Amino acid sequence: MNAPWSVSELNRYVKGLLEADERLTPVLVKGEISGFKSYPSGHLYFTLKDEESSISCVMFKSSAQKLLFKVTDGLRVVLTARASLYDRDGKFQLYVNDIGVEGLGDLYLAFEQLKRKLSEEGLFDDSRKKRLPLLPGAVGVATSPSGAVIRDIIQVLGRRFPNFTLKLIPVAVQGAGAAAEIADAVRTFNARGDVDVIIIGRGGGSMEDLWAFNDEALARAVAASRIPVVSAVGHETDFTICDYVADLRAPTPSAAAELVMPRREDLELSVLDLRHRLAKGLDRRLEVSRMRLSKSFASSVFQRPLDGLERKRMRLDQSTRALAAALSKRSAMDRSRCMALAGKLDALSPLKVLSRGYGLVSDPRTGRPVTSTAFVRPKDRIDVFLNDGVLDCEVQAVRDR
Amino acid sequence: MVAITLEDAMKELENLVKRMESGEPTLDESIALFQRGVELSKLCAAKLDEVEKRIVQLVETKDGNLAEEPFAQKES
Repeated sequence: MNAPWSVSELNRYVKGLLEADERLTPVLVKGEISGFKSYPSGHLYFTLKDEESSISCVMFKSSAQKLLFKVTDGLRVVLTARASLYDRDGKFQLYVNDIGVEGLGDLYLAFEQLKRKLSEEGLFDDSRKKRLPLLPGAVGVATSPSGAVIRDIIQVLGRRFPNFTLKLIPVAVQGAGAAAEIADAVRTFNARGDVDVIIIGRGGGSMEDLWAFNDEALARAVAASRIPVVSAVGHETDFTICDYVADLRAPTPSAAAELVMPRREDLELSVLDLRHRLAKGLDRRLEVSRMRLSKSFASSVFQRPLDGLERKRMRLDQSTRALAAALSKRSAMDRSRCMALAGKLDALSPLKVLSRGYGLVSDPRTGRPVTSTAFVRPKDRIDVFLNDGVLDCEVQAVRDR
Repeated sequence: MVAITLEDAMKELENLVKRMESGEPTLDESIALFQRGVELSKLCAAKLDEVEKRIVQLVETKDGNLAEEPFAQKES
C-alpha cells in the first residue's frame, strides 16, 4: 500500500498532469458566459457553461485589458485558455488568455457596444448637431499629410472657391496612436479658434484600418468640439463611431470638401438675383404710384378744374337774380302804396284848397295866418294868398258874420 | 473687416427683397429698402473676396508652440 498523499501533493500532481497535456494547453472551449464578475484588480471571474455542465474561469488583467469589448453574461464565446487546477483549493478551472465572440468579429462587437453606449448618452442626437457656416473663413483638416486625401480635399476646395484658407494638422490615420492624435488635433483647432469647420478623415480600408475612428476618446473629443466637425472616413457602406457623433458625415474626403465649401459662382448668382429682384420690386412700386397719380389727373377735378367754379358762379347769378326779383317786387308794392298815399296827401294839401277859390289871409308883419276878425281893424294891411300869387290889401271895414 | 457674416447679410437681403415684393411698403419705405438692399448686395460681393488663398500646416516649434508653415504636398 502506498503512503497517503498530502492534499498539497495530490493537487500539485493533478495540476502537473493537466499542464503536461498538450491538448489542454492551449485549449479552445466554447460555451456561454454566466456569473461574470470583474474586480478592481482588473481580473475577471466567470463561469462558462453549456446545457449540462459548467466550469470556472479566470482571466487575469494582463490578458483582460487587451479585450476590445465588454464581457457580459449571456455572451456565447470561444475561449482560448489553459486548463489547470488551482492547487490551493483543488479547483479545476480555465485560465483564459483570449475570448472570441462566436459568429461575430470581436471588433464588431466592440463597435456595437460603444455605439449603444454613446447613443444612450445622447451624443448622436440630431439636436446636438451644429450647422455648417455658409462660407468658412478657414477650413481645418486633420489627416495624413501625404496621400490622396489631403490632395483631393485641396483640389475640390480650389475648384469650388479659388480663394480659400486651409489649415492642416498632420496625423496618423491608423495604428495605435492615431485616435489620440486626431482627438488632439480637434482640441487644438478648438483652442486656437482659427477655423470655422473641421474635416477629419482618411481613405477607405478594412475595419481594422478604420479602427481609430471608432475610438471612444476621439468620439468624445468630436462631440465636445464647438467648431462643426465633418467625418469623412472613406467607407462607402459602413459607418464609424465618428460618423455618428460628427455634425455631418461625408462618404469620402472629396465629398466633405464639397459639403463645407459652396461654389463661388453660385453665391455670385444668388446675390445678382437678389439685386435684380430688388430693382424690379422698386420699379413695380413706383409704377403703382405713377398709375395712381395719372388716374387722379384723369378725373374732372384736374381736367376741367374751372367746372366747379362755373357751377358756383351760375348758382351765384341765380341767387342774385332771385334776390333782385324779390327786391323789386317789394319795392313795386311799396311804390304803389306810396303813390296812393301821396295822392291822398295831395288832395288834402291847402294849395289844392286854394285852387278852388279860397285865399289864405296872413299878417304881413308876422307872416302868420289871420284866423279871426277880432285881430283886424280898418286901415290894417293884410296879405291874401291865392293859388297862384298874393294880394297886398288894406281893410276898409270889419263886419261880423 | 465688417462683423456681419456673409450668411447673415444674404439672409437680411433675402428678407428685405421679400418685403419689397409683398407690395405692402409705402413708397418711402420701398425707397429706403432699396437703398439698404444695394448696401447689402455690395457687402455680400465684397465678402466673397475677403478670404485669402492660403494652405498651411501647423507644426510644433522648438518651444512647444504651433506655427503655420506653407503646406507642401508630399507624395506617400
